[in-house]
Amino acid sequence: MVGQSGVKRWVWVMLFLSPGLLGLLVFIVGPVIFSLGLTTFEWNLLTPPQFIGLQNYASLGQDPRFWAALEHTALYTVLYVPAVMAVAFMLALLLNQPLRGRAFFRMAFYVPVVSSWVAVSMMWRWIFNPQYGLMNFLLGLLGIQGPAWLFDPATALYAVVIASVWKDSGFSTVLFLAGLQGIPHEYQEAAQIDGANAFQRLRYITLPLITPTAFFVLITTLIGAFQVFDQMYLMPVEYAQRGTTVLVQLIVNNAFRYQRMGYAATLSWVLFAVIFAITVVQLRLQKRWVYYEL
Amino acid sequence: MPVRSKYQLGRLLLSGLQYTVLILMTLVMLIPFAWMFSTSLKTGEYILRTDFIPNPASLDSYRRLFEIMPMGRMVLNSVFITVVGTVGQILFAAMSAYAFARMKWRGRNTVFTLYLATMMIPYQVVVIPQFIMVSKLGWVNSYPALIAPSLFSAFATFLLRQAFLTIPNELEEAAVMDGANHLTIFWRVMLPLVKPVLATLTVFTFMSIWNAYLWPLFVARKQEFMTLPLGLATLQGSNESLTEWNLVMAGAVVTVLPILVIYLFAQEWFVQGAVISGIKG
Repeated sequence: MVGQSGVKRWVWVMLFLSPGLLGLLVFIVGPVIFSLGLTTFEWNLLTPPQFIGLQNYASLGQDPRFWAALEHTALYTVLYVPAVMAVAFMLALLLNQPLRGRAFFRMAFYVPVVSSWVAVSMMWRWIFNPQYGLMNFLLGLLGIQGPAWLFDPATALYAVVIASVWKDSGFSTVLFLAGLQGIPHEYQEAAQIDGANAFQRLRYITLPLITPTAFFVLITTLIGAFQVFDQMYLMPVEYAQRGTTVLVQLIVNNAFRYQRMGYAATLSWVLFAVIFAITVVQLRLQKRWVYYEL
Repeated sequence: MPVRSKYQLGRLLLSGLQYTVLILMTLVMLIPFAWMFSTSLKTGEYILRTDFIPNPASLDSYRRLFEIMPMGRMVLNSVFITVVGTVGQILFAAMSAYAFARMKWRGRNTVFTLYLATMMIPYQVVVIPQFIMVSKLGWVNSYPALIAPSLFSAFATFLLRQAFLTIPNELEEAAVMDGANHLTIFWRVMLPLVKPVLATLTVFTFMSIWNAYLWPLFVARKQEFMTLPLGLATLQGSNESLTEWNLVMAGAVVTVLPILVIYLFAQEWFVQGAVISGIKG
């Protein structure tokens, strides 16, 4: 490190640190404090804010929209997380085999990941269209009468889960693949010499050694699932959104449509609390199934 | 080569199965894009048909897209906001990271812990105060509003600090011997040494700003300030039967194509980015 003393050193430190630090204070720390304070106010941005104590938190309990949003978010998470993990792990196992064209396949699975949710949502709205969409056309070939998908509150959420798994699996595939490639070859070879078949090697070597990666993928997909927004907001038609409104959408609606800034801020803290609680529980549970090599 | 043993036959069947699954999955991943492109070329009564090959094919929907919306402006908006946001975010993050990794100062660990702590706060918590701030400043429908929040990233700072920490002291000492100051060391020694991390971060930041929807939705209400994704979203009316699908798909192609081209050129960095962001925990 460059040795300097006193004032000159501080000038250098501030020169390098201040743009970032200013950004942190203005865009993160300030807003966090402000947002926490905002939860005790009612404010539509036009008239002066009104202090209402903890009433916003009390309103949560009686707000059927909140409970519905919580339910939809939870349902989305429960369907999406295991599906992404299963698809991604399967794809990663395949890509870890000595097959031709691995680079091409890996590239293909990642194309949806880099595409914007807006474009992808438009595409899936088209695919899920009950009259002339590709999905029901294909189901029709199998003799199945497809549902109304994004037009029906009962099925819209499932359609969004399908599209989300399609879009996001490639990301976790890369993470799993990195994890698989981190497992030393010697282990597999030693087991093979000892007469272990492919299934036994998967069960007793690959699976235990991939658990740290799986744990990480689980935590990040869980957090991402609770923050789901773009696709839920863009895909189901307005009527069907009765069956799909998630927490972030409720935050946006309250801030935007109903001009309830305080309530929107309260909802965002509830979201934070839920994510935090789930992460803490997962960190506790990891001892039971995550295997760390010493 | 003839299959001799039961073992070899099993291998052959297994790899056949593996290829089948991989090819099927590739089709599942890519066909929607092919269909999106094909629909964007269709016209008239053919729009609603499930035929794959557009016949007749026409670029008419692209031309109309530029007619009914200020598409040129939206493309420029997206490019401008993404480039300024990406360069700004990485430059500021790198500067802070340098202060954390290569300078000694009192309170360094405390401030760094603050950076780490903010990484746990979900974006949704800060987005409302950010929006209130921007609207009170009268910045709604302006470039500063669209760009400013993307200039800061605790994650980018964290990642670059890790990268700077791996650089041996000797290189820095040699530069000091030659009379270099912090600015020279930062620009000439440190940044070139972390190029792979910079490249990875660039593609990821670029992608997330280019594809962003929530923040532009808050602050860009007028068409002149809309980014491509936002403009595209307005194309789809609430009445599905009146939606001109060839137009919407043409808009989707215009939105996705630039990032796909970047992806094809910078694949390696995208993959590294996924892995690096996987390590952040």
